[in-house]
Amino acid sequence: MLDATEGYTTADGRKIGGVVMEMKNITLRFGGVTAIQDISFDIREGEIRAIIGPNGAGKSSMLNVISGFYVPQEGEVWFRGARRPQMRPYQVAQQGIARTFQNIALFEGMSVLDNVMTGRLTEMKASIWTQALWKGPAEREEVANREIAEKVIDFLEIQHIRKTPVSRLPYGLKKRVELARALASEPKLLLLDEPMAGMNVEEKEDMSRFILDVNDEFGTTIALIEHDMGVVMDLSDRVVVMDYGKKIGDGSPDEVRNNQAVIDAYLGVAHD
Amino acid sequence: MPDTLIFGMEVFLNGLMAGVLYALVALGFVLIYKASGIFNYSQGVLALFAALTLVGIMDGQVPFSHMINAVFGTDIHHFGWQVPAVFAILLTMVVMVVLAWAVQRLIFRHLIGQEPIILFMATIGLAYFLEGLGDIIWGSDIKKLDVGLPQGINASIDELTYQWFGYGFFIDNLDIWATAIAVILVAVLVAFSQYTKQGRAMRAVADDHQAALSVGISLNFIWIMVWSVAGFVALVAGIMWGTKSGVQFSLSLIALKALPVLMLGGFTSIPGAIVGGLIIGVGEKLFEFLVGPLVGGATENWFAYVLALIFLVFRPQGLFGEKIIERV
Ligand SMILES: Nc1ncnc2c1ncn2[C@@H]1O[C@H](COP(=O)(O)OP(=O)(O)OP(=O)(O)O)[C@@H](O)[C@H]1O
Ligand SMILES: [Mg+2]
Repeated sequence: MLDATEGYTTADGRKIGGVVMEMKNITLRFGGVTAIQDISFDIREGEIRAIIGPNGAGKSSMLNVISGFYVPQEGEVWFRGARRPQMRPYQVAQQGIARTFQNIALFEGMSVLDNVMTGRLTEMKASIWTQALWKGPAEREEVANREIAEKVIDFLEIQHIRKTPVSRLPYGLKKRVELARALASEPKLLLLDEPMAGMNVEEKEDMSRFILDVNDEFGTTIALIEHDMGVVMDLSDRVVVMDYGKKIGDGSPDEVRNNQAVIDAYLGVAHD
Repeated sequence: MPDTLIFGMEVFLNGLMAGVLYALVALGFVLIYKASGIFNYSQGVLALFAALTLVGIMDGQVPFSHMINAVFGTDIHHFGWQVPAVFAILLTMVVMVVLAWAVQRLIFRHLIGQEPIILFMATIGLAYFLEGLGDIIWGSDIKKLDVGLPQGINASIDELTYQWFGYGFFIDNLDIWATAIAVILVAVLVAFSQYTKQGRAMRAVADDHQAALSVGISLNFIWIMVWSVAGFVALVAGIMWGTKSGVQFSLSLIALKALPVLMLGGFTSIPGAIVGGLIIGVGEKLFEFLVGPLVGGATENWFAYVLALIFLVFRPQGLFGEKIIERV
């Protein structure tokens, strides 16, 4: 077991820091359905943490708990060394936790650039009165934020569609724009719910590369849900495995791959 | 030039100006509908309430005076001062913001995730509540509103048209001012929603609630803001209508004229609300002028609704709404 403040070094030589986010004994129920049952795990500074499991295992629910969309009946969420009080999703976002959705939630009526710019909203502090004057602080702020947005757009290689309305984009690009919007807020923790679902092989490779690059260049801590085991093994430093709301495995990709409970869950061995 | 054409032009211009008012009320509807999916039946009453409050503050009326007098046997009505229109308008705006907050806090916060029909019913309740509240605070008598807008025939237009056509157009100064103010208001609203942080957040919420939350926007804050802006638009509409015809209950009925405007323009389109308002304004005046005499007049009561009905049949999404294609 690792100490909470101690880090570790990954196989490819990246330094991982102490615990950023810790889930303690989370239980989430919807009426009779227990989506998450007494699950604990942590996410460390700079790591890529995967959450995997069969359909309906409770992965998205877990991400929703982290991002404040769902409120668990039991358990505690610790962020950066302090217990997080119950928060609304927008407050969690303001704390520096950005996310994407399994079913893509973009502003369909806006251009790509405008979508990415919304990722900067929490960073914009100029009051409505200075904005009305436009010149001065408000203009400087707008320019600075625009630069960051453009940088993210360049980084994810979507310059050519900057001005395109999002509703006209194909699925794969929408997923990338959603990632761009999340990145624009320069998050401390980035949550990705199936960033590669529904993509073809080439798109998946692109997306994998982007996720690795984000983590590498900005040191962003990433938690992601993914079904494709190959992708998970390639990308992640540590993996949490869920099945029927329970945690059945937690460790490095290799450890998890050789875990009998995990193998059973994926092969659909009957539950007793 | 034939007389009918000249008269028709005058009617057309007057229709445009009447349309401005319809457009304003419709604009209030669209703002709230876009941001929250609530069809706000109380938009007209909001205009009435704003105008009542404005008159009350300007005239130094004692709020709740009927109630106070009834309970304590006193006979107070006015503080005995007059508040300048500009201050009174600012104060009324403060009242409208507080009202927006209260509406969100006491009603819609508890109805998040409810069916649209439930939200709609809530606004009907709100409409009647506000109507009563306005009565209790400010009394139910018809009040004169004068914020200093010029009224009466515009002499220059009268003279100019007389020189051109040998017939002087009757265009009310008030209508000209109202139009100018409405144009400025719309320009400010557009600038606000396009270029400010709050405006962007508003558009984001109108587009997708979940996504808006994920980028750190408080829905609650935006909804209060939108109701405040709608309250402001209602105040402007209330001032125009109140100056023209006195502040009275019938003010809230212009909201019903906004319905055909919305059917024409689409419920989610701001340009639609404006163009729709103008079309209905001009349409009903011209129709009355041309066809009215043949059918015994009073066509203004129904023309807008029939036009909207015809539109509904042929273009249910409105002029500017996106085409609705059913997925099968
Ligand atoms: N908002 C909700 N209301 C009711 N039940 C829910 C809700 N969200 C999730 N559930 C239930 O919780 C369980 C876990 O769902 P969840 O979406 O977290 O699974 P998942 O692991 O993300 O699955 P998938 O791989 O299909 O995305 C399911 O039984 C689901 O029906
Ligand atoms: Mg899921």
